[in-house]
Amino acid sequence: MTPKSDIRTEANRLRAHFEARGAEVFETDILQPAGALLGLYGEDIRARAFVTHDPLRGEMMLRPDFTVPLVQSHISAGRGTASYTYSGEVFRRQEDDEDRPTEFIQVGYEVFGGKEAEADATVFTAVSEALSGLPLNATISDFGVLRAAIASLNTPERRKTALLRHIWRPVRFKALLDRFSRPAPQPAGMPDPNMPHVGLRSREDIAARLELLAEEAATDPLSDTEVERIKSCLAVKSNAPDAVQSLRRIAASDDALNNAIDKVATRLEALEKLGINANSLTFQTSYGLTSLEYYSGFVFGFAAADTTKYPVVASGGRYDLLTKAIGQGASLPAVGGVIRPDVVHKLRKGAV
Amino acid sequence: MSVKLGIPSKGRLMQDTLDWFAERGVKIERTGTDREYAGRVIGVEGVELVLLAAGEIPRELAAGRITLGVTGSDVVQEKVARWESKIKPLASLGFGKADLILAVPKTWSDVETLDDFDAVAESFRQTHGFRLRIATKYHRLVRAHLKAAGVAGYQLIDSQGATEGTVANLTAEAIADITSTGATLDANHLKIIGDVMHQSQATLFRSMGASLNDPDVANLKAMLETLGLAQD
Repeated sequence: MTPKSDIRTEANRLRAHFEARGAEVFETDILQPAGALLGLYGEDIRARAFVTHDPLRGEMMLRPDFTVPLVQSHISAGRGTASYTYSGEVFRRQEDDEDRPTEFIQVGYEVFGGKEAEADATVFTAVSEALSGLPLNATISDFGVLRAAIASLNTPERRKTALLRHIWRPVRFKALLDRFSRPAPQPAGMPDPNMPHVGLRSREDIAARLELLAEEAATDPLSDTEVERIKSCLAVKSNAPDAVQSLRRIAASDDALNNAIDKVATRLEALEKLGINANSLTFQTSYGLTSLEYYSGFVFGFAAADTTKYPVVASGGRYDLLTKAIGQGASLPAVGGVIRPDVVHKLRKGAV
Repeated sequence: MSVKLGIPSKGRLMQDTLDWFAERGVKIERTGTDREYAGRVIGVEGVELVLLAAGEIPRELAAGRITLGVTGSDVVQEKVARWESKIKPLASLGFGKADLILAVPKTWSDVETLDDFDAVAESFRQTHGFRLRIATKYHRLVRAHLKAAGVAGYQLIDSQGATEGTVANLTAEAIADITSTGATLDANHLKIIGDVMHQSQATLFRSMGASLNDPDVANLKAMLETLGLAQD
């Protein structure tokens, strides 16, 4: 068991590393109102966070991350461009694995505003430099690629929206893709008007969806070629420059997809300018698709070769969708990353 | 400690349990008055009886405070995280059967599957400004089931009883509860959608964590042999 003071020392070192890059220190309460977090993440967060109850304030949560309170504070202060760092405990419920910690220190670095590719590269490089000397592999991706591939499908908007919504849930995403590639069945009729109706969802709500289902039944299924293209995009995994080439071949003359790939390439250039060797990075389209629902573009992670022995050391990405949800529509570009100082410490010592 | 057998302290579940043991040559007798929670086990040596609320038996088994216990498989899976590593099912007792299901108003003619449910959850959130509510007391089982199916846009509302009434009372849009005949669902204008989430029945469990000395091990073995549940 590593003494907590050692982990705190490592955390302080990491935070100072980000402060030296001009980041302001952010502090927030450990007990956070649960409402905002539940509204954002949905029921899944309840399985991952400790929810407690205050007789006056209602449901409270032991902070599962710093990002949400940070974005709230940044937006309510009406600020534009800024960068922050923080260090402190976060709490995660573990229902399935006793070996994973329920409490650990997290150090983060978050950049609001700025040019997208430069800000992405700045965060990645700052995190990478904080971890220099450790035997880690970096994996990157960009949700924009899959989003663009979906946007180019020859199918109605509602189907694209449904696919986009489920990008983060591979099981459902695949199920939807399968469903859209077959003819949809005719929907049932309206419910018997004499049947007692209960609940808040009205007969009008039901009628509206039945109408939508009728439209679905009249919609042509996705072609095999289109489905294959999405699947090929998802399967790309190689060193970053090669991945860009593979994606280009899949995109062929598709402008939307090529634009998304341009962004990946521009980011790689920005990274190279900051001294990162693009060939040392793995690009994996599906990377990070099962984690945070609000990542919208660039995502990255740093992991030791032996992932059974060491959990992911650092991860992050662009979360414009989260700032949009918290800012109630006002768009505010933001990118950030978090580091686990306990894992850094363990790796430094080469300890088991 | 001695071998402790935990059985439900009340009602039909208790009576069916006593009958099941009696049919296999283990007689369990209540002692004292009807209201006293005490009893003994006749027909096997060194087994102590503990009468408990059915809902507390999983926790006692997981902690190793009782060696054997009878309760519903639903409550074990709901209340004990990673139950497989702590509690071992020895026998399904053939009574107390019930299915954990998801139900919505019968008038939702557009909803038959979890796919439909997921789509409705998303549009409900857009129309009503909050996530569609499922009333239940089986939080872990429901969450795990819906997560595996990739359903996300809902919230769970705790309901410890009269769950089928929550939809008409406008405190939930759907319910997840156990049902055996479906009559209560029907009376509350609800219908089942999707697959059964868990098929529950009264089950005899063994705690993996109970510490036993040599005579206890022998007594436990003898008891299981009497019940026809020889262990390897």
